[in-house]
Amino acid sequence: MMTERVRLLREKSLQAVPTLSTERAEIVTRIYRQAGLLSAPMLRARVFAAIMQEKEICINDGELIVGERGPAPKATSTFPELCCHSLQDLEILDSREKVFFRVDEGTRRLYREEFIPFWRGRSMREMILASMSEEWKQAYEAGIFTEFMEQRGPGHTVLDDKIYNKGMNDFIADIETRLAELDFVNDATAYDRAEELKAMRLCAQSIIVLARRYADKAAALAKSEKNPARKAELKTIAVICRRVPAEKPRTLHEALQYYWFIHLGVITEINPWDAFNPGRLDQHLYPFYKKELDEGSLTREAARELLQCFWVKFNNQPAPPKVGVTAAESSTYTDFANINSGGLKPDGSDGVNELSYLILEVIDEMRLVQPSSNIQLSRKNPDAFLKHALRVVRKGWGQPSIFNAETVVEELLRQGKSVEDARQGGTSGCVETGAFGKEAYILTGYFNIPKLLELTLHDGFDPRTGRQLGPHSGDPAKWHSFADLMAAFRQQMAHFVAIKLAGNNIIERLYALHMPVPFLSILIDDCIARGMDYNAGGARYNTSYIQGVGIGTVTDSLAALKQYVFEQKRLGMAEFLALLQGDFAGEEVKRMWLVNKCPKYGNDDDFADELMSEVFEIYYSLVNGRPNTKGGVYRINMLPTTCHVYFGSVTGAMPDGRKSGTPLSEGISPVQGADRKGPTAVLKSAAKMDHVRTGGTLLNQKFTPSLLKGEEGIDHLSHLVRGYFTLGGHHIQFNVVDAATLRHAQAHPEEHRDLIVRVAGYSDYFLDLSKALQDEIIARTEHQGF
Amino acid sequence: MERMADFQNITGLIFNIMRFSVHDGPGIRTTVFVKGCPLQCAWCHNPESISPQPEMMLRTDICLMCGACIAACPVGAIENTAAGLVTHREKCIACGICAQVCPVEARVRVGREMTVSEVMLEILADRVFYDQSGGGVTFSGGEPTRQPDFLHALLTAARHEGLHTIVDTCGYAPWSVFERIAPLTSRFLFDIKIVDPEKHRRWTGVSNRRILDNLTRLDARGCAISLRLPIIPGVNDSPEDIKGLVELLQRLHHTKRLHLLPFHGGGAEKYHRLGRAFHLEQAVPPDHAAIERIAQDLRNHIEEVHIGG
Repeated sequence: MMTERVRLLREKSLQAVPTLSTERAEIVTRIYRQAGLLSAPMLRARVFAAIMQEKEICINDGELIVGERGPAPKATSTFPELCCHSLQDLEILDSREKVFFRVDEGTRRLYREEFIPFWRGRSMREMILASMSEEWKQAYEAGIFTEFMEQRGPGHTVLDDKIYNKGMNDFIADIETRLAELDFVNDATAYDRAEELKAMRLCAQSIIVLARRYADKAAALAKSEKNPARKAELKTIAVICRRVPAEKPRTLHEALQYYWFIHLGVITEINPWDAFNPGRLDQHLYPFYKKELDEGSLTREAARELLQCFWVKFNNQPAPPKVGVTAAESSTYTDFANINSGGLKPDGSDGVNELSYLILEVIDEMRLVQPSSNIQLSRKNPDAFLKHALRVVRKGWGQPSIFNAETVVEELLRQGKSVEDARQGGTSGCVETGAFGKEAYILTGYFNIPKLLELTLHDGFDPRTGRQLGPHSGDPAKWHSFADLMAAFRQQMAHFVAIKLAGNNIIERLYALHMPVPFLSILIDDCIARGMDYNAGGARYNTSYIQGVGIGTVTDSLAALKQYVFEQKRLGMAEFLALLQGDFAGEEVKRMWLVNKCPKYGNDDDFADELMSEVFEIYYSLVNGRPNTKGGVYRINMLPTTCHVYFGSVTGAMPDGRKSGTPLSEGISPVQGADRKGPTAVLKSAAKMDHVRTGGTLLNQKFTPSLLKGEEGIDHLSHLVRGYFTLGGHHIQFNVVDAATLRHAQAHPEEHRDLIVRVAGYSDYFLDLSKALQDEIIARTEHQGF
Repeated sequence: MERMADFQNITGLIFNIMRFSVHDGPGIRTTVFVKGCPLQCAWCHNPESISPQPEMMLRTDICLMCGACIAACPVGAIENTAAGLVTHREKCIACGICAQVCPVEARVRVGREMTVSEVMLEILADRVFYDQSGGGVTFSGGEPTRQPDFLHALLTAARHEGLHTIVDTCGYAPWSVFERIAPLTSRFLFDIKIVDPEKHRRWTGVSNRRILDNLTRLDARGCAISLRLPIIPGVNDSPEDIKGLVELLQRLHHTKRLHLLPFHGGGAEKYHRLGRAFHLEQAVPPDHAAIERIAQDLRNHIEEVHIGG
């Protein structure tokens, strides 16, 4: 059960109002103003050092794990060097109904007088947009793709077990060794490496400084604390913060506190996508837990309380404010730290331990949208573990999600990772596969696949923006066969993939040159060994992703075109296109035919599913293996966050009967309501995609609560999961809620403030979602038992 | 064993194949609903299953009034009136051409001729889920024994694939049919409606002598049987009904499981779509306490009593 301490901390975290804090922006602006000539890594390290030295130290009442990014819970840092918000942005952030941040007058004044004048023309965002070609900008404005690095930095990585075996002083020793080995005679890059390594060293020293400041604060608070129990706790916190992260941890408490300082360092240095993440937490912490339990210095209940205090810290750090397209593609406070449990050990044996179960209990009791959580399910893991997780899933709020450990390992092996690195990997963000502690796996933007079909059907013209965006791939009226259509579709896709890649390769270099992350680089192999930054190819593995969106919508649309126009010839192409251009106005009978009578992905129907595979192959072949600028390659994955709603809003009527402006299908899930043969048929269809050649796919399933009643319900769900994973599926997640409840929540929001649902790779408060996204979730097919 | 090839082309009339069926036996199953039933239970919640002929189910609530069916109907059975489309069922030959042209499934032809190999293809699509769950295939209806050669062929094919097989039956068939399928059936779901013979005839249209006889013979053979008793308030839930059931249970030696299936009015809409009257329109589902009382009572006479499928 939750202790009173945890209950209070959780309550305070839930009630804290997100605000903008200027603390970080003030420091970073001052350092850049004073900098003069400095190498980029050293400049970034100076910024980091100043923040660690100067930021306000915040220890909340009762907490056992300490440290906030800002001066208080949910007082959220901004990153003007990446994207300096305009005064209008601040207005929007402050006043928007969903995912708001309160902005006070002092903040506005600082922006007006200090930040905006200084950063005008200097931020990464402006530099990126100024570096993009005209065709890139037009495609971006048309909603063909999004750009992840436009407001936030690359991140998308996860820690392995290294901090549990080494203190920062050990890392500093490694850095010193590398510095001493540099060969300025024969290695032309020695200076660059030296600057990077010195920057890492300064960052390592600075995080120790921050911890010592927390220790001092805790000691001071202990002195004035009247309550003897709390006094003792504060003294313990002081001792721990003097120990870690300087030295390696000895206890569970030290290990958690160590990780938390690291987490704060990573999310303060830059504004990285997906925050940061301890990865395989059960395996990392188990040796501490076991040892202390054996020694009698820790109880299971004490461990639970520590973990719960740790959980609250994640919830105190909303994702920094996003605006514009970035807000549309990822409209949430959630910052995607996604804790992994279960899976395999590096030696290939069952990775489930007692902490795996304890963590599931913590997830269940805390019921927080942050951190996200998942289980890596291996065929070697016991059913008891899966069923325990499913009992949490059944509560209906979407956590934990479930990944196929064997497929994740296979994906990593295909990408050339060693088997040990693969087994220590897992998934992060929404569903992204990575080799934890060793890989930069950067998501670069979503790709609107249905929009490309719309362009194909208009010979490269975009009806919404009124521009000829793509190549003239042929007049649809002159196509003789479906194959002609697919050839034109491929031509459009190739054109825009190339535009996206060209933009990405510039943006990667801009980050490598101007925005290194020396602190994060300490943590990811082999940045120290190579003396290279994480953003410049220092990681052992460097992968860049483009995320495909709308595979369900595009598949059903192609199926409709193939059957209705080319095979059955019910309408000529010109008449069919007129139907789409008129958004089916006055043509409900024809639209209903397309909705009801044409083959649909998600029904285990090969007619549709083979088209899904064909689209997958086109997308895959155009992206996979293309070189990035860091010695790695591009790959694909299939997930949307909330981008299927944004992409839908810029995409006209589709041949599957979808009306203009409505959401696309999400992840690799079928079009909402198109799957009519039950969940096994959905899983069969989804498994026809070759998941191993992706870096992650996202499948949402929605069940009515009645279906999952009792142990039998858990059994059925477990068999569905095991079945899907036997077929090679990468990931599955569940909403267990009926549409009536969601509609009631729309009508009576005051009664459903705590209603959490699964969106796409993360859970969120239903009321924090846009109306369009709420409607989309309601429209998803609800599986019942038969 | 007869050669599989001989079975593949045998055809039967199916009215539905339901995947992810989780209430008709262990694990995840596919239930094949065979059309045609010798009983006419007043409470039947699948009225489209009774006739051995294809028939039309019509919905006016979702009809778009597009008129495609009127143009397509080969016998002129559909008429556009001020009150909406009217289908003259006496003219309708249930050919289903109107269903093919209907864009919204306001017209559905119930009953589809399928070969054993076609049915098996659909069954085997979910094999991976049967393997995970200990599930398999359930043949239900209608009454599957009503098409004995088809059922026998399906069971043979399913067993050939190593599948767990269930036959959900009302029990009304010649013993020779049961004798033939029993070795191929992993478990019977055997429906007992009413034990009193006269009452049985009144509510289902047939005598239950043959049913009870088949049950005791299957039981005597040691076949795995789950009894299924629909509880219809006012029809078969009186103390006398339960007493009769207890006496029946006492005559059984191997049957250890009984499921009570509380009546629900969920089938009413289907009667309307078939253009038939539902005589239990006013009947209310039994309350939970009443079901629980019956279950308690029966637990003294059989090992397992479950409420629900």
